[in-house]
Amino acid sequence: MIVFDQVQKSYQVGGRAIPALHPTDMTIETGEVFGIVGHSGAGKSTLVRLINLLEPPTDGRILIDDENITHYNAAELRAFRRKVGMIFQHFNLLSSKTVADNIAFPMKLAGIYSKSEIRDRVEELLARVSLTDHANKYPSQLSGGQKQRVGIARALACRPTILLCDEATSALDPQTTQSVLKLLADINRELGLTIVLITHEMDVVRRVCDRVAVMDAGRVVEMGPVSEVFLHPQHPTTRDFVFESESIDSEELQEDLQKADGRIMRLTFKGDATYKPLLGSVARESGVDFSILSGRIDHIKDTPYGQLTLSLVGGDLEVAMNALKAADVHVEVLR
Amino acid sequence: MDALMDGLLSNVDWSEIGWASWDTLVMVGMSLLFSVLIGLPVGVLLFLFGKRQLLEQPVAYAVLSFVVNVLRSVPFIILLIVMIPFTVMLIGTSLGVAGAIPPLVAGGAPFFARLVETSLREVDRGIIEATQAMGASVKQIIFGALLPEALPGIIAGITVTAITLVSYAAMSGVIGGGGLGDLAIRFGYQRFQTDVMVITVALLVIFVQVLQMAGDRLVLYFSRK
Repeated sequence: MIVFDQVQKSYQVGGRAIPALHPTDMTIETGEVFGIVGHSGAGKSTLVRLINLLEPPTDGRILIDDENITHYNAAELRAFRRKVGMIFQHFNLLSSKTVADNIAFPMKLAGIYSKSEIRDRVEELLARVSLTDHANKYPSQLSGGQKQRVGIARALACRPTILLCDEATSALDPQTTQSVLKLLADINRELGLTIVLITHEMDVVRRVCDRVAVMDAGRVVEMGPVSEVFLHPQHPTTRDFVFESESIDSEELQEDLQKADGRIMRLTFKGDATYKPLLGSVARESGVDFSILSGRIDHIKDTPYGQLTLSLVGGDLEVAMNALKAADVHVEVLR
Repeated sequence: MDALMDGLLSNVDWSEIGWASWDTLVMVGMSLLFSVLIGLPVGVLLFLFGKRQLLEQPVAYAVLSFVVNVLRSVPFIILLIVMIPFTVMLIGTSLGVAGAIPPLVAGGAPFFARLVETSLREVDRGIIEATQAMGASVKQIIFGALLPEALPGIIAGITVTAITLVSYAAMSGVIGGGGLGDLAIRFGYQRFQTDVMVITVALLVIFVQVLQMAGDRLVLYFSRK
């Protein structure tokens, strides 16, 4: 478990303290995939680097499994960092080392593994990220996705308990992003590793994260389970991110809503409710006619969800709403 | 053919040329060795002490940088003369091959140190950060990541330094340093033996070409980018 207790970070620029992270409380549970989403400059990069103290906090405590890491001396810090893997947007592989040597590098630095241990572990990790055939290639001979898989294998070499991902998919094309995210999800499930992932794409959060924190101007403005934050965003920044990821133009949406007749509602289906033939039966029972203004059916991690914006005309609205609520559908009246 | 050679190159004593070439080789080789031995650690320290680097030390950086700049800003021909008392103290003579090596190192080491500093700065900061995140000590970052990553740049720096030392070594002929430069000055310049001048210059050109080619090959061999 990673606990932030009033952690803050500021930089000295020309004698003045510029805050990068305002005092923040946050708890990341063991074994979860925790997303941090925000625009560039929002402070998410700083936040993730506080966890392995690449950036020391200006104030506050960071507890990892109840141990305050901010008091570590140099040797303790190095030992601690071996238990925290990290992958990067631009992979940061050593161009002078082969794929196998890159993966072996953290183990060699640790100085506690025998040659045969290192060899076996590298072989195992190469197989884990499907790069066995590329063991003796240099990073420059690999594609972006392959490089990131080397980065992941390298981060896992010393069997860490936490994996930090700094915009790990931002330099990759959509297809490669998907395969890297799938690999991360597999690792999380199979190894029970805690993953902290920062990104500026809500879609990445939606696919792999359990919980998410939304950052804006050095503050966490919204935090919660992904389905909650994603389907019912409260803060304007969160809404921007969700709309962006669904390619919704909020102005266009407002125009559409104005043209529609009757009451406008947003229905949110989650889990099994997504697949039930609900709308037709509710319409028949209540005599309400509906038209769909916008809609989407997709997955949040492994949970299916649907979100429909409807305009409802005539009939008995009360009956319709109660029937929907009874079927576990979240109903939000927009107009 | 022989007659033609004798006519054109009547002043050229080939065994003299051979010995002078060997002397130049020794001067460049020895001074390059010491320039690298001194310049490499100085260059690494310059890098580490620099702004926003691993061991940021503004005062130490300023001092080291000042010394390097002073040595680099003195024209080599002046450095040769200024160094004479120090050279005599160090190895007993300021003449010949041995006497030329201390001023050559004084000129070559700071030059190489700057080249090392520059090539270390070219290493992607992300690589340093990643190595830090693995729990590496500063020593491990230097030897495990920084130097291997900067190796092609450092080899290119050694090549440039070697070539600079060839011309410095030739200059040392002015104060009795020995080698091809000495030959060119004593015979080519002072006795107007143009043929000796032409041969020494030609040999120096060949020497530099060979160094550059060998350096380029090595850089290519060690480049994985």
